[in-house]
Order: sequence, then C-alpha cells, then structure tokens
Amino acid sequence: MKSLSNQVVSMKPSGIRRFFDLAQTMENVVSLGVGEPDFITPWNVREASYVALEQGYTAYSANAGLIELREEIATYMKERFSVKYDPASELIVTTGASQALDIAFRALLNPGDEVIVVEPAFVSYGPLIEMAGGKVVPVACRPEKGFRLDRDDVERVITERTKAILLCFPSNPTGATMNADELAQIAELATKYDLWVVSDEIYAELCYDEPFTSFATLHDMRDRTIVINGFSKAFAMTGWRLGFTCAPEVVTREMLKVHQYGMMCAPTLVQFGGLEALRSRHQHVPNMVKSYRQRRNYFIQALNEAGLPTHVPGGAFYAFPSIRHTGLTSEEFAERLLLEERVAVVPGNAFGESGEGFVRASYATSLEQLQEAIRRIHRFMQQFEVTAVKDSHS
Amino acid sequence: MYSSKELELLELLEEKGYLETKMLADLLALDEETIESMLEKFKQDGILLGFRAMVNWQKINRHDVTAFIDVKVAPKRGRGFDDVAERIYRFPEVTALYLMSGAYDLQVVIQASSLQDVASFVSDKLSPLDSVLSTTTHFKLKTYKHDGILFTPQTEDKRLNITP
Ligand SMILES: Cc1ncc(COP(=O)(O)O)c(C=O)c1O
Repeated sequence: MKSLSNQVVSMKPSGIRRFFDLAQTMENVVSLGVGEPDFITPWNVREASYVALEQGYTAYSANAGLIELREEIATYMKERFSVKYDPASELIVTTGASQALDIAFRALLNPGDEVIVVEPAFVSYGPLIEMAGGKVVPVACRPEKGFRLDRDDVERVITERTKAILLCFPSNPTGATMNADELAQIAELATKYDLWVVSDEIYAELCYDEPFTSFATLHDMRDRTIVINGFSKAFAMTGWRLGFTCAPEVVTREMLKVHQYGMMCAPTLVQFGGLEALRSRHQHVPNMVKSYRQRRNYFIQALNEAGLPTHVPGGAFYAFPSIRHTGLTSEEFAERLLLEERVAVVPGNAFGESGEGFVRASYATSLEQLQEAIRRIHRFMQQFEVTAVKDSHS
Repeated sequence: MYSSKELELLELLEEKGYLETKMLADLLALDEETIESMLEKFKQDGILLGFRAMVNWQKINRHDVTAFIDVKVAPKRGRGFDDVAERIYRFPEVTALYLMSGAYDLQVVIQASSLQDVASFVSDKLSPLDSVLSTTTHFKLKTYKHDGILFTPQTEDKRLNITP
C-alpha cells in the first residue's frame, strides 16, 4: 500500500496519551489529570438542547452558526469584555475552541510562516500550526515571573517570517494570567512588527484575582486579533464541542470558507444549548468561579505545605508545581506518583520543553478528592525527604 | 452588617457542612484566627445554629412516617400567629413549622413511627388548640431531594482520567 501523509505520520502523539493509557489500567486513582470542569452542564442548558431536539431542530444551521447564537455571543463580548463584533460578518460558531484554532491557522498561514507560541502551552497548538503549514517558534514563560510572558523574550524570537503570535491567558497548563498593562507590552510588539495575534481566551471567565482583559480591547489590537473562545470551560460543556471565533471581517471571511468546507456548521442542537448557557450565565458562572477560587486557595497552599513549591495561579483550574528538587524528571515524577500513590498528574514536558521540572495538577475535582490527593502526595514527598536525608548521612 | 468573606463562609458551611478551621482558612485565603472569630460571632448572633448529617433512612428500610399538615388558625390580637406557633413547635414530634402565605396559615411537619401516631397527634394535640380552625394532613411517600441533596445520587464522575 502507498504510504500515508509523511507530515501526519511523523507527528508525535500527545505526551498526555501515555499517562492516559497507564492510568486507565489502574484502580482507585485520584485524578488531577483532567483538563475540564468537574461540574456537569447546568440543567437548564441541557434542557434547552433537549427541547430543540423535541421541536425537530435537526437540520444544518447557517455555516457561521445560528444567527440568534451569534447575536447572543456579540452581546456577551460587548457586555463582558467591552469589545464589539458584528454577528453577521465577524463571528463564527465552531465545534469547540479546538476547531476555532484550526480554522484560524489555516486562514492565516502560508507554508513556512512562523507562529510564536507561548510555552508551556496547550498540547494542540503545535500540531495545528504545523498541519496548517506553519512553523512553531516557542517562547518560554519564566517560572520566576509566575509564568507571565516577558516582552523582550518575545521580541528576541521575532523574524521576517513571523506571521502571528499565539497567546493563552489564563494559561493551560500554568494557570498564569496577564493584566491589561502586561498585555499592552505584547500588543506594542504586534503593532511594531505588524503581527497577527491569536488570543485563546477559553479560560477568560475563570479569573480569580484580577479582572480579565480581552486582547482585542487593547490599543490597535481589535483588527489584528483573532479571539478564540468557547463554552467548554466557563459553562462546563466540554463534551458538547462548542466554541467560536471573533475576528475582523477580512479574516472571518477566509476562516468561514475553511469552516464551511471542513465542518459545514456546528451541531444545531448543541448551539441551542450554547444559547441558553449565555442567556443564563449570571445564574451559573459566578458560583462556579467562586467554587474554583476556594479550591485553588486550598490546593495551592496544600501543595506548598506538602513540599511542592507552587506559584499562585490567577486563573483556569490548574496548579503547576515545581518538582525539580526531587531530582526526578517530570515524567519520572508523574509515573512514580501514579504507580506508588495512585495520583494522576500530567508531566510538564507534555506542554513543551519549558514545562520540564513541573507537573500539571488540576483542582477541578471535589474537595474530598483534593484532600485525598494531598494526603497521598504528602506521603509520597515524605518518603523522598527520608531517602534524601538517609543519603546525606550514608 | 456582614462582610462578603463572612457571607462566603456561611454559604460554604451551608453547602459543605462541618469543615476544619484550617481547611476553611485555606479555602477562603484567611487565617485561622479570623475564621474562629467569625464562627464565634455567627454562633453568638444565632446565625450558625449547628451541623447535622443528612441521612437517607430509605436506604436501610427504616421508614418513619412524615406528615405535612396544613393548618388554618385564627390569629390573636397583638400576637398574630406566634403564640399558637409556639404551642405547636414545642411538641418534639414537630420537625418543622412554617408560617405560609396562601390557602392556609401554618405548615406543620411531623415525624412519627406510625400513621396511628400522626392521627393521634392531629386529633389529640393539634386540633384541640383554641385557635386551630382546620387541618389537612398529607403523607410523604418518597424523598427524591431534600435541602438540595439528591437521595439517589448520580455522583459518578463521567470524565476520563486524563484529558488535555
Ligand atoms: C487552552 C485551551 N484551548 C483550547 C482548548 C480546547 O477547548 P474546546 O473544548 O473548546 O475545543 C482547551 C481544552 O483543554 C484549552 O485548555
């Protein structure tokens, strides 16, 4: 048989995959490896989709999505993030932020174009950029800066071929946030070097200390930014597969072609759920945010007390503790923690080289599970110190 | 007046029940002394009345009889419904008592070990009270949800162990 696509065949499977397979074979695992909310989608949202099914909304929607939903998204973007988009020409409803990212890169990139990717980064970014013909240029966030992005670090990697920069704050996997002033420095670079910005704002609602700033609201940024957002995290709707893009018409027009031929439209029933989620957001989002904030406060404190130095993440639902002092690599640490104490975390190097020396532990799980995880991590870490002390005396 | 942290503490206790002071302090990013003094104040102000477990007796086939009794009463001049309410809630079998708007005035919830006991409570204790005009008794058949807690919990985590 003829060989398959070289590009795809040579692509590495996600680093998360191996741990997934390992954890699947074990019982009594406390999982901190989950990158999604522990809430179930609010009932009124589920019901709205159910009603749409009952009423027979089983046909395609407009390519860009139900116009009612796009209008509601426009209202949401304006009310919540103070940025205006035209529902008819600047919004596309997608099957998750994942597909939104895909159409963004396909519309932006020519072969060999460079995209600056802020690392440690969500696992899909690299492969999506490469499949769209682009080249990934990583720039690492520094742990000593709480994983905020440094302007000069970015400027250093900009070349003639740099087409775009991809940002994600609050970050998966670090939980780091950037405030308006910090982002403005990155925005200046975008203007100076005439770059597109893809801003993955999927965790926008999950900010615990400072208000969220959408990149599109910064000076000169609205018309060079593709905002990626979605329902997965803020509304606990990961399995529904619903997201959207907000971008100036020149880009939206091109992204829509990719979307139209590759996806046709997001599932219609799911879009009705999304509509209800946005309409009832004041009912649900603040309560979920409060609950995540409490768990974050507890969990970061507890990790530090257990001997894992952890910066306080301003958003998302991830802790990103350092494990350097154990002398293990991220993968060794994660594997031993799983095998010895049955706690699943994700090794930091799954999110790029700069994630080495860290692990990602999600606190989107019940308080009881978090407490159990902390008990086990304590035990795991103590054993370390005992060995370390013994070694130094022998 | 209560601060937003105090209100958050109350909401947390109402949702989770008893938690250790250290845990409360960590969750709310406050120190333990602050939590202790808040709790003390809540108790003194009669806001925090206690902690109890939610038990599903249905599971072990212990079926007490629970009755909801709608009571119409004639209020007393100057005292309204409070006097008769007090006469009713003093009976230990009364587990809840509410003043209601609508078709009747008081809703009495009683728990007893048999239908017979409920019947004699109504005929011997409740109805003879001076201001009680009429009663309508309903029996609970099954509890699906109580105080926000499902009695057939669907707690299974449907997420995969590890996702990106
Ligand atoms: C940073 C980031 N972007 C995008 C996604 C994908 O989200 P969706 O479920 O909307 O495809 C995730 C999910 O984990 C994420 O963490």
